[in-house]
Amino acid sequence: MAEYQNIFTRVQVHAPAYAGVPLGRGTWVRQGKPFMAYWLGKIGDAQIGPIYLGFTGVISLVFGFIAIEIIGLNMMASVNWNPIQFVRQLPWLALEPPPPAYGLHIPPLNDGGWWLMAGFFLTTSIIVWCVRMYRRARALGMGTHVTWAFASAIWLYLVLGFIRPLLMGSWGEAVPFGIFPHLDWTAAFSIRYGNLFYNPFHMLSIAFLYGATLLFAMHGATILAVSRFGGERELEQVVDRGTASERAALFWRWTMGFNATMESIHRWAWWFAVLCPLTGGIGILLTGTVVDNWYLWALKHGVAPAYPAVFPPVVDPAALTGGMR
Amino acid sequence: MSRPLHSSLAILALGACVVLSGCERPPIQSVQRGYRGLAMDELYNPRLMAASVAANKAPAPPGPPINEGAPASSVYKNLQVLGDVNIGEFTRLMIAMTQWVAPDQGCAYCHDVSNMGSDALYTKVVSRRMLQMTQQINSQWKSHVAETGVTCYTCHRGQPVPANIWFANPGPKRAPGMLGNRAGQNTPAPQVGLTSLPYDPFTPFLDQANEIRVLSTTALPSGNRRSIKQTEWTYALMMHMSQSLGVNCTYCHNTRSFFDWDQSTPQRGTAWYGIRMVRALNTGYLDPLAKDFPPARHGPLGDGPKLNCATCHQGAYKPLYGARMVKDFPELGAVMVPAAAPAAAAPSAAAPGVAPVAATSGVVGKIYFVVGVKEISPEGMRVIVETARMMIAQPALKYDLSGYADRTGNPDANLELAKQRAFAVRDALKAAGVAEARINLKKPEFVIGTADAESRRVDIVAAP
Repeated sequence: MAEYQNIFTRVQVHAPAYAGVPLGRGTWVRQGKPFMAYWLGKIGDAQIGPIYLGFTGVISLVFGFIAIEIIGLNMMASVNWNPIQFVRQLPWLALEPPPPAYGLHIPPLNDGGWWLMAGFFLTTSIIVWCVRMYRRARALGMGTHVTWAFASAIWLYLVLGFIRPLLMGSWGEAVPFGIFPHLDWTAAFSIRYGNLFYNPFHMLSIAFLYGATLLFAMHGATILAVSRFGGERELEQVVDRGTASERAALFWRWTMGFNATMESIHRWAWWFAVLCPLTGGIGILLTGTVVDNWYLWALKHGVAPAYPAVFPPVVDPAALTGGMR
Repeated sequence: MSRPLHSSLAILALGACVVLSGCERPPIQSVQRGYRGLAMDELYNPRLMAASVAANKAPAPPGPPINEGAPASSVYKNLQVLGDVNIGEFTRLMIAMTQWVAPDQGCAYCHDVSNMGSDALYTKVVSRRMLQMTQQINSQWKSHVAETGVTCYTCHRGQPVPANIWFANPGPKRAPGMLGNRAGQNTPAPQVGLTSLPYDPFTPFLDQANEIRVLSTTALPSGNRRSIKQTEWTYALMMHMSQSLGVNCTYCHNTRSFFDWDQSTPQRGTAWYGIRMVRALNTGYLDPLAKDFPPARHGPLGDGPKLNCATCHQGAYKPLYGARMVKDFPELGAVMVPAAAPAAAAPSAAAPGVAPVAATSGVVGKIYFVVGVKEISPEGMRVIVETARMMIAQPALKYDLSGYADRTGNPDANLELAKQRAFAVRDALKAAGVAEARINLKKPEFVIGTADAESRRVDIVAAP
């Protein structure tokens, strides 16, 4: 029984490496001789390779490398090329977008120019990677669901770093490249625009985010729970639903009267995951361009409730003292 | 148990230790302040609180204030601030100041002991200006310090240089060349709570008077161009305030709507005056003193030491947890200028915009009013009659009347109420025999005070 209650794959099948299905037309063959990696086999398939890189793969990796170099070298220079401080302060370090005074003009290199450049290379790398996914899926005769899911995340990324700054007329509105700095930016963004929690698209995005994790937990748990009956072996489930799939379905009908199917659960999960950045991106795009204070917007539309006052009335001193700021 | 289980348990325990290493050891107590459901709670750790209370204790005063005796100027020379204080009280204050500021160094820290009146040591010049600053805070900034007031000890705590001062901050060293601009932020800066927010929010907000407010007061865009980067600077200042006072955002704000005064706590108003107070003290007192400090006391950019919230508060929501030290030292509670003070002898005191305040001769009468009422009460009338008698006895002086109102209710109505109160007192003084030409109606800088009775008054101030 304990065989099934483990976070790692317990049984690794060792067989001759599998090169994959034959392809129809192809300009670039797969590279590398496949080999087995025991430890990777603990969390996934033990067979590594063959790899397909292709033109888009090379471009994506090179551009991504350039972006990481620009960001990393700027961070390194900000700690005076000190490797120890680089490691210690890494979560705090960042490459900042230009000051708002530059608007949409090209700023000097060390005043946001590097940020623009890193943004260009990173964006190109990500989009080319997305194209690569599309072309590989097509080459295998698959649907392009992964591409579109990735495109949804790219949409949010582009809204934050490109589309919204364009609409606001300032690169300075964009997100810095950095670990804590981008989180501080997020908090400042919410504060500046009167609390993002009152943004209905932010609400939707959160609902899809938490919904996606809930669905994933339900699905993952269900499949693991019937893996003792071979429930994780998808191939067999397609041909014959068998006792594992029947039990999984019956379990949910018993507990909540309704069950997803082997196919529909993935549709649910895909849509929840895709809608999370999609709605989030819309919410960001509307912030500052269409709505400037989400709390006041929510008040106007009856979203934000009023609470009884518990403090004596407080008046803005600036309104009482006239000119003093 | 099997060996793999043992080792995974060990790894789990190690992981838990690493994850929890940044956490504060319980217990945490929360005190609800706002309406339920708004998370307007103050969080306290009784263990840390006990340590903070112990570290923020006011020292006992050296005996009660002394009220009688010849003025100190009759004994000592070069007294530009405290000359009118009687000699006993003057000596008592000097002893207390030594304990507060230079307990180890003693009198010689500021005085040339062979010539106590000499201004040869810069520390004496600075101390004089700091005495004037203390008087200014206690008399003119009651909107922030109320009746609690401050003394030298509030900041100094037995050290010649207060523990929490600031200088303009050039930031950590970065490589020369065209890489690595931090844009004023992105370093674990202790002054902003180890966040990556801008590390010097003091220069723009507590020395210069840049706009702190960033939020729009309209739902839809109406021309507010304040950027997210500006918001980060404001955020950094707020982190400093939060850290200096040992409180979180909800001490002043309902965080669902930071900008909204209607939902803020009264402490936000006090903090607002605090920011203006610190700014006025930095520009009026500390900045001009920079030239008197030796280079060793200057910051990396050559500026002098300055104040921020932490200078007084030192982690407590009220400095010294509200101990009213100043009541034991009445001479620190009012701006004093001895008549005999040679004005030209104090070059460092000639800060533009501040010296004129020091020339006012103080409040000679205070008339209090009932909430929302402009008519004078019987007790108020008694004060007016007594004050009028004194005014008639000193025909050389003129008097300013300044009306005040508290902050409850409509601000416009309160401004009008404050004016009507001043009119009522003027009419009563005229009726008591004071010539109208000697009475000047003067609108004070801050008409509206806090919500307490002190704010509902008219001051009669003797003008030089």
